[in-house]
Amino acid sequence: MTANVTVEEVQRVAELAHLELKPEETPRMLHDLNAILDYVAELNELDTAGVAPLAQVSELGDAAGTTALRADAVLPSLDRATVLAQAPETDQVFFKVPKVIER
Amino acid sequence: MPSEAESYVQKPKTLAALRAELVCGATKASDLAASYYDRIAALNPRLNVYLSLTKERALEQAGRVDALAAKGDPLPPLAGVPVGIKDVLVMQGAPATAGSKILQGYRPPYDATAVARLEAAGAVLLGKLNCDEFAMGSSNENSAYGPVRNPVDTERVPGGSSGGSAAAVAANLAVATLGTDTGGSIRQPASFCGVVGVLPTYGRVSRYGLIAFASSLDRVGPFAGNVRDAATLLGVIAGHDPKDATSSTAPVPDYAAESDKAAEGLRIGVPAEYFAEGLDPEVRAAIEKGIDALKAAGCTVKAVSLPHTRYAVPTYYLIATAEASANLARFDGVRYGYRSPESDTLSAMYSHSRDEGFGAEVKRRILLGTYALSAGYYDAYYLKAQQVRRLLAEEYLRAFAEVDAIVTPTSPIPPFKLGEKTGDPLAMYLADIYTVTASLAGICGVSVPCGTTTGGLPVGMQVLAAHLNEGTAFRVARAVEAAEL
Repeated sequence: MTANVTVEEVQRVAELAHLELKPEETPRMLHDLNAILDYVAELNELDTAGVAPLAQVSELGDAAGTTALRADAVLPSLDRATVLAQAPETDQVFFKVPKVIER
Repeated sequence: MPSEAESYVQKPKTLAALRAELVCGATKASDLAASYYDRIAALNPRLNVYLSLTKERALEQAGRVDALAAKGDPLPPLAGVPVGIKDVLVMQGAPATAGSKILQGYRPPYDATAVARLEAAGAVLLGKLNCDEFAMGSSNENSAYGPVRNPVDTERVPGGSSGGSAAAVAANLAVATLGTDTGGSIRQPASFCGVVGVLPTYGRVSRYGLIAFASSLDRVGPFAGNVRDAATLLGVIAGHDPKDATSSTAPVPDYAAESDKAAEGLRIGVPAEYFAEGLDPEVRAAIEKGIDALKAAGCTVKAVSLPHTRYAVPTYYLIATAEASANLARFDGVRYGYRSPESDTLSAMYSHSRDEGFGAEVKRRILLGTYALSAGYYDAYYLKAQQVRRLLAEEYLRAFAEVDAIVTPTSPIPPFKLGEKTGDPLAMYLADIYTVTASLAGICGVSVPCGTTTGGLPVGMQVLAAHLNEGTAFRVARAVEAAEL
């Protein structure tokens, strides 16, 4: 199987990921994506019908030890001023960003 | 500049030796820290191991240790031990770049759990170590702050992504370090630099304060100059943490004591799939000598079969990139790090900030992950990979019903030259073939030095054990280490 991702698809995926590829970056990414997708197509050789997906090691049961959810209680969090101090722009209460929609 | 490759290798003292010197007063923790900073000042310009130093915090901690020692009070287990921290783990108030421009200027307001536990055990935190951007890479060449050079041969890569963590121990720019491993990022650089690196069981060490790459795969683990010291460090950083929902509640054994037990009688599995086409003949020869040493130490060696191994790299790169595309959505120029200055709208600000902040490999993986998760492709790629992940994990569980540990080469090739593989991302991914399986299965392992090539390049043996069986992996690694190959 040969993957055939198109330039339009690369640009669409970049848009979904909020990445703005420079024109000179696009051909390289297109080439690499197709090469990698060709390679991962090897997985299609395997019959996985009826195999439950494994998203987390803890799903393996006892093998990986136990994890437990903590009690649903409010605990102290980081101080607002401390957190906001790391932001590029704030008004001391909220993060500030450029306008969301054009008028 | 000399045209020949230089070597900067120096073995750190053992934790036991350092402790004895501190207790009897022959060494002061503050003098020790100062001597490490001198060595860093001399060698870092060439090796590029440290990205930033945390001198003030280190010297304060060393002073506290010296005060305890002067009073004759009992010293904590890592008292005065100079350690370095991979720059994907946060330290309060210190830079945390993750090797990326997008986090330039960020000063995290808290400590990672593993970092805090090291310091509580008396360790002196020297600074933050270079790595591939967001831990994505196998050569440390993806750092936005330049590559680390391998102390064994500065024309070669130290491995990645924890290249700085491995090189720091190899060059004695720290006695021990913390790294992280998502698909081999502790084990492979340990192998390339000739040091010990530990992949703890998933959930064994808290991920709190680790800048996330692929959350179902990310682990924090130690590097050290010998197996026993690596085991001691793991004992300090392991254990349940309510701040990580995937943190295991299993009790933490005395790993150093476990590592002292003889390997005699252990059943060792050797999977043929890890000795097939693509394995460098000199690496193979070195690993075979290591297996002979295990036989000589009284282990039973038998063949095991892991037939799905060949599907591990595609499975890993689909799952890891899918998770990365979600995790890295947080870098948007809003809450911390870099914001592109020239944007009229929010949407443009996101795109410009991410475009200017991320390097090529990070963008490549975000694109691949976003593609694999996008409508119409999810079942074919992401779901399929998760199904194969279960097959790989179950295959290991079956093997560990028959053997106590599995040994393989850590990397199919010895450390390669800087620039040798940067043009071909897929070739770089394929070199992760022996490490990604354990990552997907969540099992633990150790990479232990196992001789060299005829050219003197380090070879590492990967010792894998079942979930939460780190003690067994340490015992086997100790036997390989003791053979002095």
